[in-house]
Amino acid sequence: MNDLRTAVLVTGVLGLLAVATAVGQFLARRTDRGLDQAAIRAFNQRLRGWWIMSGLLAAACWLGVTATVTLFGLLSFWALREFITLTPTRRGDHRALFWVFVLFTPVHYVLVAYNRYDVFSVFLPVYATLFVMARVAFTGDYTRFLERTAKIQAGLVVCVYCVSFAPALLQIKTAGSPPTGNFPLLFFLVLLVQFADASQRVWSRLLGRHLVAADVSSVRTWEGLVGSATCTAALGAALWWFAPPYGPWQAALAGLVIALLGFAGGMTMAAIKRDRGVSDHGTLVVGHGGVLDRIDSLCFAAPVFYHLTLALAGPAALGNAGV
Amino acid sequence: MLSPADITAPAPPPQADTARGARSPLCRGAGLMLAALARLLSGASVRWISSQPDTCQRVYFANHTSHLDALVVWASLPQPVRELTRPVAAKDYWSRGVVRRWLAEEVFDALLIDRTDIKVHQSPVDLMLREIGTTRSLIVFPEGSRSVTGEVGEFKSGLYYLAKKRPDIELVPVHIDNLNRVLPRGEFLPVPLLSCISFGPPLWLERDEAKAEFLARARRAVLALKE
Repeated sequence: MNDLRTAVLVTGVLGLLAVATAVGQFLARRTDRGLDQAAIRAFNQRLRGWWIMSGLLAAACWLGVTATVTLFGLLSFWALREFITLTPTRRGDHRALFWVFVLFTPVHYVLVAYNRYDVFSVFLPVYATLFVMARVAFTGDYTRFLERTAKIQAGLVVCVYCVSFAPALLQIKTAGSPPTGNFPLLFFLVLLVQFADASQRVWSRLLGRHLVAADVSSVRTWEGLVGSATCTAALGAALWWFAPPYGPWQAALAGLVIALLGFAGGMTMAAIKRDRGVSDHGTLVVGHGGVLDRIDSLCFAAPVFYHLTLALAGPAALGNAGV
Repeated sequence: MLSPADITAPAPPPQADTARGARSPLCRGAGLMLAALARLLSGASVRWISSQPDTCQRVYFANHTSHLDALVVWASLPQPVRELTRPVAAKDYWSRGVVRRWLAEEVFDALLIDRTDIKVHQSPVDLMLREIGTTRSLIVFPEGSRSVTGEVGEFKSGLYYLAKKRPDIELVPVHIDNLNRVLPRGEFLPVPLLSCISFGPPLWLERDEAKAEFLARARRAVLALKE
């Protein structure tokens, strides 16, 4: 953490969290002012989640690129567990699933750790798909074949492939990026994703009138989307210095894109859960909605932010890959 | 088949009460590791619904979905309770191979029942009661064999005779959710999905309760834990 940008960002975020926690605790102790106690409790609970997330990220950053890739790998693994647990599968999918968990997911993250963009960009979407379809066909159970293989494929793409673009950001080399891994870019992404999520909630609560799709989500509104996109773009522009190669306008664009995609990710996950008939993940997935709920915005925003960064920085930013 | 003498005389032979402390540190360590591994692999979340873990003598009865059932229910118990609890498992599966046999006999101290060789004078229920003495608890699967469809089948009568011969033992219903997807019948490699083990409030055999009635009630108690 000897890089100035990383140090300022980490200190800033931890300071902000400390202030927010102090405020939250102060409000939780005042019972006489007619405050919305449930909202304060939800806020404090969310803060706890952010503390854990920031703590993990700071520790991973201190330990280096490999540790961070491993952390996201474990996150993906757990999210995929939740995803497949929620998805009904058949006996014939068992062996395909086994290889998906013990081979494809770890190997994909090894490729990310070695910065083999040329391989990891096709490994899961192409080769894992072919393998899963063939392996299921070999079991002889053809019932709803396309539906079943598509479910496994969707789980892999959402939980593993998309999430892995967040730690892949560490390998992008730009002018002024630290040689030990581009942590400021990763923090920039995670910070904006979390901010977009939170501001969307606030805007939906304050001004929300028009639900985007009432059957899918009863809280996500167009007002929330527009408000969060505007605020996140503004925050992105304000933080442009932390995320080379972004200039102020480009950083605003990145903020806008992150907010829109984070929203899309939340809607998608809500649709999946509605289809399974659960508002949260029932008894199998314990904790506050599980890992899947925590990463829905991130997994949609990460790949697009990654490619946006590559487009801005040029092909040299990939370093060794494609050589 | 059931004589009055059987009902009134539990009288365990003294050697049945051997303490777990006699095991070697290797087996104890292996037991802790196995329990941790089983919980990690099966992603088991453990719920106690209107029920508390206790070291008193109990019979945990669960639906049977997978070869992992006995191991995971055992691993879901808190360590002091686990030390006292013996899963009842099929001899034909757990005594095959050196590793499996060592795990079953030394590490999680399973009570292996020979399903193919049940005699009148050596009924599994008598064997179980003799083995647990007055301190140990049991994990049993009253369906007898794993269900193929995932539905909970009818309970066999063993649970009733256990309750009748030892009316002082608490019978704790356990519902196992999703383990059949972690390791289905006929597979040997597990897929690390998430499962849920729910423990319910204990029940006892009521006075004058008929066998079929009791077994149906016990089965309902397991099913009630599904949600």
